[in-house]
Amino acid sequence: MPTLLIIEQLLNGLQFGLMLFLLAAGLTLVFGVMDMINLAHGSLYMVGAFIAAWLVALTGSFVLGVLGAIVLTALFGMLLEITLLRTLYVRDHLTQVLATFALILILNDGVKMVFGTDLPLSAPEALAGPVQLLPGLSYPAYRLLILAVGLAIAALMYLLVTRTRLGALVRAGAANRVMTEAMGVDVKRLFTAVFGIGAALCAVAGALLGPLLAVQVGMGENILILAFVVIVIGGIGSIRGALIGSILVGCVDTLGRTLLQHVLREFLPPQWASAAGPAIASIAVYVFMAAVLAVKPQGLFPARA
Amino acid sequence: MSFALPSALRVGALALAATLASVAAPAADKVKVGFVSTLSGPSSALGVDIRDGFLLAVKLNGGKLGGLPAEVLVSDDQFKPDVAKQLFEKNVKRDRVDFMTGVVFSNIMLAALPEALDNNTIYISPNAAPSSMAGKDCNPLFYAVSWPNDAYHEAAGAFANQRELKSVYLLAPNYQAGKDSLAGFKRMFKGQVVGENYTKLGQLDYAAELAEIRAAKPQALYIFLPGGMGINFIKQFVGAGLGKEIQLLLPGFSADQDVINPVGPAMSGLFNTAHWSPDFANAANQKFMAEFEKEYKRIPTLYASQGYDAAQLINAAVRDVKGKLDDREALRKALKAAKFDSVRGPFKFNTNQYPIQNYYVRTVGADGKGGLINKSFNTPILKDHGDAYVGACTMKP
Repeated sequence: MPTLLIIEQLLNGLQFGLMLFLLAAGLTLVFGVMDMINLAHGSLYMVGAFIAAWLVALTGSFVLGVLGAIVLTALFGMLLEITLLRTLYVRDHLTQVLATFALILILNDGVKMVFGTDLPLSAPEALAGPVQLLPGLSYPAYRLLILAVGLAIAALMYLLVTRTRLGALVRAGAANRVMTEAMGVDVKRLFTAVFGIGAALCAVAGALLGPLLAVQVGMGENILILAFVVIVIGGIGSIRGALIGSILVGCVDTLGRTLLQHVLREFLPPQWASAAGPAIASIAVYVFMAAVLAVKPQGLFPARA
Repeated sequence: MSFALPSALRVGALALAATLASVAAPAADKVKVGFVSTLSGPSSALGVDIRDGFLLAVKLNGGKLGGLPAEVLVSDDQFKPDVAKQLFEKNVKRDRVDFMTGVVFSNIMLAALPEALDNNTIYISPNAAPSSMAGKDCNPLFYAVSWPNDAYHEAAGAFANQRELKSVYLLAPNYQAGKDSLAGFKRMFKGQVVGENYTKLGQLDYAAELAEIRAAKPQALYIFLPGGMGINFIKQFVGAGLGKEIQLLLPGFSADQDVINPVGPAMSGLFNTAHWSPDFANAANQKFMAEFEKEYKRIPTLYASQGYDAAQLINAAVRDVKGKLDDREALRKALKAAKFDSVRGPFKFNTNQYPIQNYYVRTVGADGKGGLINKSFNTPILKDHGDAYVGACTMKP
């Protein structure tokens, strides 16, 4: 397998991982800080993508559309938290799963009523083509933009969590929620803020992935499963764990689909390789998760010591 | 003949009446059609178009099929085989419909079909046409008015030969229909298959596969990625700049109106194969296009044309037996004769009651109103084409 192909696949893995991070970051905070399993997190990703597609068509500007989607989705997320999800914090996990699963169905049909089953969203004209990175290696410009935005947000999240007062409260909440409340932190407002940030990150992911994937009803469900895998690998409640976990999952998935197949072809008869390759590729991420959990049952970076 | 059950009694008595006195069989006072399709969820666009096409044909007929008032019972299978099975049972046993139709997906149809066929109810398939029902499992009560599942892929293989393509890369999801489709392509294609990749069903991002394809340097790429998978793949294929190096060939349903709208300008110039195209000049199609756009304010897809034809087939058969729906032999013969003007042009049934028809290469181009639409090549790529399984069908003609 040529080096250039490996480099390209690593870029693909990193880019996929960074987008997963945007979803996993919000999910891990909500799970870690509020002890709440929110299956409807993927629906916020869908809502963000639909609002972005609608605003881009309305304003004619991709940047305005994405920024607008971030603000509106954050507001929508906070509204959802205040009106509905807040009442679920004291319930057990099974109730939360049932209620947020219902929310997925409601939001899917709600979006369908407002926007229809799908909306067109294209990458900006200037970024529609490929860029030559190295001789013989060209890479889609739009995927480079995703890489850049993903890295910038990862850095921003790191600063937010480690350097700001809000971040300190989030870390405290994730480490020991009861003690944080006892110290007089207004947990209600903190939770609403965390939920808003999570929704905003979903909107970034939805709006940026929209042009690559399709903006359609139900788009949040598939990616949500991988986001859960990421936070389990990374350690629930840890932003750093979400980042490392996302990039690992992104790379394992991408290389499992490519490098592994080449290796199999070297060592197995062709008909075995062609049968085993796709089967292994589709479970590679879950095998990886099982391996991590076997060694570190709390995930790589557990937030609770 | 057993008279153990009331329903058996009814069927038996009707059969007796039909054989003894078919001339005297009374004309029915209405036609009842059970229409079960996927009308909700991410895959609903296809079922909705089949339904709209079917109901449009009934409406243009003044609410009648073959001169009798038509009652179409529409219900949603929710993309679930077990739900479809229950709806079939309800339509067949309780509503006592004369025909069943509507299902989009092969796996759902195969689960529900016995409810109709085992209870002596005719099924007109407006879409799903799996190879099993064409061959060893062929059934006198099953009529596919669409196209055999691998026909588009065979047509694409023939087109690749016509273009003298030497090397092709193939991509499909890792499940039975994916493997069958690529087998259909390979059945026709004479050049070299330089790579064959099976992805996860429902995969969203194809960056890794695109890198592999670029490295394999094929002349052309053929994909079988139905629904949203195809939409994602085509967008990413164009974004990666591969469109300039590699000729992308598609089955018709991956380049139809429901894909063109979300993908946008990137679809322009792509070749695909189908049995129908919106630009067909025959009078039936001209009428269908005009009326569909007037009624629903959108361009119909292949699926809509198939729903429309399914209703037309029923209309012709009921008309030809003069409303005597209980004369099953005459009704089956009338269906098989298929005396209607299909929007696809020439159409007839093979001995396995699968179509013999033409397949065309289409290309996506401007519709003159700022949008994109498919245009067909004049000469069919496959003429009077049947399917590869008819030999295994032992049904008496």
